[in-house]
Amino acid sequence: MSAQITMTQAINRAIDEAMAEDEGVILLGEDVAAKQGGGVFKISAGLTEKYGESRVRATPISEQAIVGACVGAALAGFRPIAEIMLMNFVTVAMDQIVNHAAKLRFMSGGQTHVPMVIRTTTGVGVGFGGQHSDMLEAWFAHVAGLKIVTPSNAADAQGLMRAAIACNDPVIFIENILCYGLKSDDPGPNHFVPLGKASIAREGSDCTIVTYGRTVLDALEIAGKLADEGISVEVIDLRTIAPYDEATVTVSVEKTGRAIVLHEAVKQYGTGAEIASRLNERLFGKLKAPVARIGGAFSAVPMANALEQAWIPNKDAIADAVRAAVNWKG
Amino acid sequence: MTDTTIDRDKLRDIYTRTMRVARADEKFRSLLMTGKLAVIYYTVRGQELVSAAAMAALEPSDYLVTTYRGQHDQIAKGVPLNPLFAEIAGKAGGTCRGKGGSMHITHPETGVMVTTGVVGSGLPIANGLALASQNRGDGKVTMVCFGDGATNIGAFHEAMNMAQLWKLPVIFLCQNNRYGEHTAFADHTKVDSIVTRAKAYGMAGVHVDGNDAIAMYNTTKAAVDRARAGEGPTLIEAMCYRMLGHFFGADFSYMPPEHLAEMAAQDPLPRLRQLMLDHQFTEAELDVIVADLDAQMDAAAEYAANSPLPGPEEIRKDVFEEEIAA
Repeated sequence: MSAQITMTQAINRAIDEAMAEDEGVILLGEDVAAKQGGGVFKISAGLTEKYGESRVRATPISEQAIVGACVGAALAGFRPIAEIMLMNFVTVAMDQIVNHAAKLRFMSGGQTHVPMVIRTTTGVGVGFGGQHSDMLEAWFAHVAGLKIVTPSNAADAQGLMRAAIACNDPVIFIENILCYGLKSDDPGPNHFVPLGKASIAREGSDCTIVTYGRTVLDALEIAGKLADEGISVEVIDLRTIAPYDEATVTVSVEKTGRAIVLHEAVKQYGTGAEIASRLNERLFGKLKAPVARIGGAFSAVPMANALEQAWIPNKDAIADAVRAAVNWKG
Repeated sequence: MTDTTIDRDKLRDIYTRTMRVARADEKFRSLLMTGKLAVIYYTVRGQELVSAAAMAALEPSDYLVTTYRGQHDQIAKGVPLNPLFAEIAGKAGGTCRGKGGSMHITHPETGVMVTTGVVGSGLPIANGLALASQNRGDGKVTMVCFGDGATNIGAFHEAMNMAQLWKLPVIFLCQNNRYGEHTAFADHTKVDSIVTRAKAYGMAGVHVDGNDAIAMYNTTKAAVDRARAGEGPTLIEAMCYRMLGHFFGADFSYMPPEHLAEMAAQDPLPRLRQLMLDHQFTEAELDVIVADLDAQMDAAAEYAANSPLPGPEEIRKDVFEEEIAA
């Protein structure tokens, strides 16, 4: 059996490699330095010892100042990484992200640019409740100038993080708490996964599930079960949510004629709406069933595990949606 | 103790920068009055000298972050007039090819890294520029300009604390023009002066008459020297006046008559002129400087008028590094 690596180790390695290569790669965030234990989820463990406190800066609880400082350092030619401990906390730094990081390249006519990464984590299923669990990617996808990335496995996490740091535009890098322990075959050092390129996580011919992040695991599980029923499901892991790999998605859905867009984020006004709409525009007349969307419920994320499980996209519901698409009679 | 003397060449430099700001503002107001330009314009009448003296204390390579009411800062820092005029007019020959406008003037060659349209947002960004200089050891300092109105938004407090925590080479220049938009200082802030807030962050703070060229220059120079020497940030509160309201054409009848009279009496331009004469500059010498600047303004206005409009393809450029699809 080949060597394995967890998602936590993979992200840490990607940052470590980038910091070793370029002094302009710095890390700012709450509790990220050695003195504070290397971050709440230990993503920055060992980096202070190697690169010092001037490059691994534990910050006050000041998200505007963290993101703003990364914007400024990026303008000066650095490649800073901001750790926003949990995705809901981006709300207090939205001005810096939306009005500044995203727009300075455009508003300056290309004279300046903001090569920075905002790492953050989230996830439903750990009982963190309404202000520590949201997937907010659709907000950022609506803003021109931001790239949004989320890995579903450790190897991709490493490769996408390297690519995100190397990117000359701001990247929101969304991790999922429930995925940190996932193991992949070790991809080895200097592994890059290009931004904007989806992967076909499983090939199939009857229906395409387009998804990203943790729900890729659900989709693969469902695809395995439905194979026993004779339904062949193709699973696309977008990896980059925006701008997404529309070519790969379109080719797949043209082949299968059916699509389900699945995400953990609330369904209403989610990225699924955009993807479904674009499929409609490209493939109207070729679709064998309407494109379906599956997402989280339209409420705050509840705390109680029983409610969380009722809130989150349910595996049975995903399987039912695939069956409904395959059996669609119009 | 701040020095009360000034080098004569430095004084000439401050005068030239001040008048460059003043004559540009005059030119813009005349273009707007005669209908040759129709854009949102924030006149900087009254704040010319604050910027001129502050920017004269910086090196050309030092960084500046300012606001949408920051034309005086940009011009005093050295942004060339032709592309500045063209940008404000929304032309392809502008600093930002017409995509930023007066609220987002950017010109890295002269250190003008960000002009923000959001009150207070420049301060955290200035910290980042200064952090890069600190890590690189490049000796640059960063100045960030903002008004008294910006000192009640969270970004100010987060940035002040972080700057002092890390002893960043940054100068926070609060140009206290006594109004945040239409709200008078006493109606938005309970402390008597902004500089008292420096103490809350353990930061050096200085209060200065921004219309006193010598005091303003020497105060800024001392803060710049401290920052460059690695001794950390300074909050400067420079008192000044906003003589023509929040934006060009805006009603400012909310300003009481005694305030208007006080402003008129403190006009920095005649005061600086007198200071120059006191330092043995002649009327003729000063007139030559102004006449030369006026010729530059005419040329810049003409450059802007003749510059082509930006094409629609610009919308797809600079969203990302790679041009986006139509």
